[in-house]
Amino acid sequence: MEQATILLYDGSFNGFLTAVFKTYSDKIATVDIQRADKGQHGLFSDAVHVVTDTALAQRVWHGIRKKSGQAIKEIYFAFLSEQEGIERLLLSYIRRIFSEVRAVRSDLGNEMVLRIEQLARKVGREKHRMEAFVRFQLTADGIYFANIEPDFNVLPLISRHFRSRYADQEWIIYDLKRNYGLHYDGSCISLINMDLPKSFTNTLQLGDEFHESEASYQELWGTYFQKTNIRSRINKKLHEQHVPRRYWKYLSEKKPLQALPGA
Amino acid sequence: MDYNRIREKLSILADAAKYDVSCASSGSNRKNNSGGLGNSTGMGICHSYTEDGRCVSLLKILLTNHCIFDCAYCVTRKSNDIPRAAFKIQEVVDLTINFYRRNYIEGLFLSSGIFKSADHTMERLIAVARKLRVEENFNGYIHLKSIPGASDELMYEAGLYADRLSVNIEIPTISGLKLLAPDKRHEDFTQPMNKVKNEIIRYKDELKVNRHTPKYAPAGQSTQMIVGATGESDRDIMYSATHYYRNYGMKRVYYSGYIPVASDDRLPALGSQVPLVRENRLYQADWLLRFYGFSVKELLDEQKPFLDTDIDPKLSWALRNMHLFPVNVNTADKQLLARVPGIGIKGVHTILKARKHRALTWDHLSRFQLALNRAKYFITCASPDVYHRDREAGNLKELILHQSRSKYRHLHANQLSLFN
Repeated sequence: MEQATILLYDGSFNGFLTAVFKTYSDKIATVDIQRADKGQHGLFSDAVHVVTDTALAQRVWHGIRKKSGQAIKEIYFAFLSEQEGIERLLLSYIRRIFSEVRAVRSDLGNEMVLRIEQLARKVGREKHRMEAFVRFQLTADGIYFANIEPDFNVLPLISRHFRSRYADQEWIIYDLKRNYGLHYDGSCISLINMDLPKSFTNTLQLGDEFHESEASYQELWGTYFQKTNIRSRINKKLHEQHVPRRYWKYLSEKKPLQALPGA
Repeated sequence: MDYNRIREKLSILADAAKYDVSCASSGSNRKNNSGGLGNSTGMGICHSYTEDGRCVSLLKILLTNHCIFDCAYCVTRKSNDIPRAAFKIQEVVDLTINFYRRNYIEGLFLSSGIFKSADHTMERLIAVARKLRVEENFNGYIHLKSIPGASDELMYEAGLYADRLSVNIEIPTISGLKLLAPDKRHEDFTQPMNKVKNEIIRYKDELKVNRHTPKYAPAGQSTQMIVGATGESDRDIMYSATHYYRNYGMKRVYYSGYIPVASDDRLPALGSQVPLVRENRLYQADWLLRFYGFSVKELLDEQKPFLDTDIDPKLSWALRNMHLFPVNVNTADKQLLARVPGIGIKGVHTILKARKHRALTWDHLSRFQLALNRAKYFITCASPDVYHRDREAGNLKELILHQSRSKYRHLHANQLSLFN
């Protein structure tokens, strides 16, 4: 029996593509690709660490893109789903793309192709949700700050949207689950790691790290949110379908509202 | 800034604006090229949803709810005894910018009660939009209401700052309008609509020659009709919607189930139920017209002035046209596939792609996003045929209703129990 070789990579997309390159350049037949920090390689397999090489990764990227621009996008999105075994799934997909002349992506009757399309779509939905559900809170030092816990690793996907939209303000979007964030300083975006003392949910009492006007605007927004609702059409099921409960704790409009003085 | 005062005004003026259904923020093409604030390109974003399940995309408010008109269906009509308020222009600008910066909204939807005159009101709405665009360098989405009776010059200027303009026709029939809004004439609605339509045509033509042509309402115009206020039929509504789509190039026609806001002999009584099912069926019909290649005559005619409430209009059409079915999913053309109940546009595309590679079976179809519980009676595939299609339309309808769980089922429980 041939020895199974497992390639371990650093968890980045470039790392993954480098590993894919290795499977071709080293002609490795039986292979799995796993994250080095999560690897569960069996007793009877070789584990080889792959050093991420952007140039090699680019060659794979361009190779796939030449076959199909949509496929490379789908592969990237599906990769960010971080699903168990996603690397193996994508590897066999990429192999099929390179080995066949005709387009593979449209073969939705094939279970693997359909699964990747569905995963990519799920990640796309989460990306869109984050573009909607990020709620910035203005800090005392003038930074618009938001923390999020997305189901998938969508920060790389939303970065361009927020940069072009909020080009004239400094902002941070921080993923608490994966412990990294995007910081835009008014000209470019950098990845940051922070030691946050706690998460900043939509609590009634805002600490003095936030700007004095912040609480007032959250209250105005909450007021608007309640007043724009039509009671005689109430449909909470639909509401929760669109705004699933797991997102509520960071949504400013979901915080309890204090009554208007004199009302 | 006196936040409490602003909050009071916001309470009143958001409450008064909520009956306008439109909250679309899509279809514009305003890029943030200036390094300023915001962009609105392509897809709209719903930032939240109210507890009634409607999208919150824009800050939707009235500039004021003072009004010189007395339209029976309208909550801000002058004879209604309600608290009144008015925003200052700067207050609306500040709210919009600060909400936008926190990623609460895609932009502003500004409407107003009519104070003094149509032109005077329109001027004030334009002043807000101008300030946002010129002084604040704001590229977010702006939807302005065209005030019925506003002059052509003002409608031209409005389109220079707004992404979308709309004037609500509200009452689909002219007789209904006379009855409920005697102060308004039909022409008051169509005149600004016409002006906007012509300007959009001009803008698109000039754009071909000069790509620096100033934008004019790039997200087009829309309108809204109240459903269930004047005894109009679904046929009246959909034929008139078709008229507006065709002759005014509307991007959207919205249907708004009448919510009783006044006790008036001419209208349904306070507390009567909002016709939600009917409204839903009208939207479904609207989609069939815009995306599925149906013509309005196929859905509604003199013999059939109302859509079925217990089943959706596509299923209803299919049951009336059983001779066209079943269709083979492996060979049928796109237009016909789109007419199969339970197959949506996404499903059509999936099928078209997948069948290039292999003949599709029930097993494949069950993994696609289709409503096979309906579709299976109208299609064949590469698997052996297990669904007997030699059915009468009537039996089939009961079978489908019986096997599916419609969210409206409780409303039709009486009819169903006959067959249990």
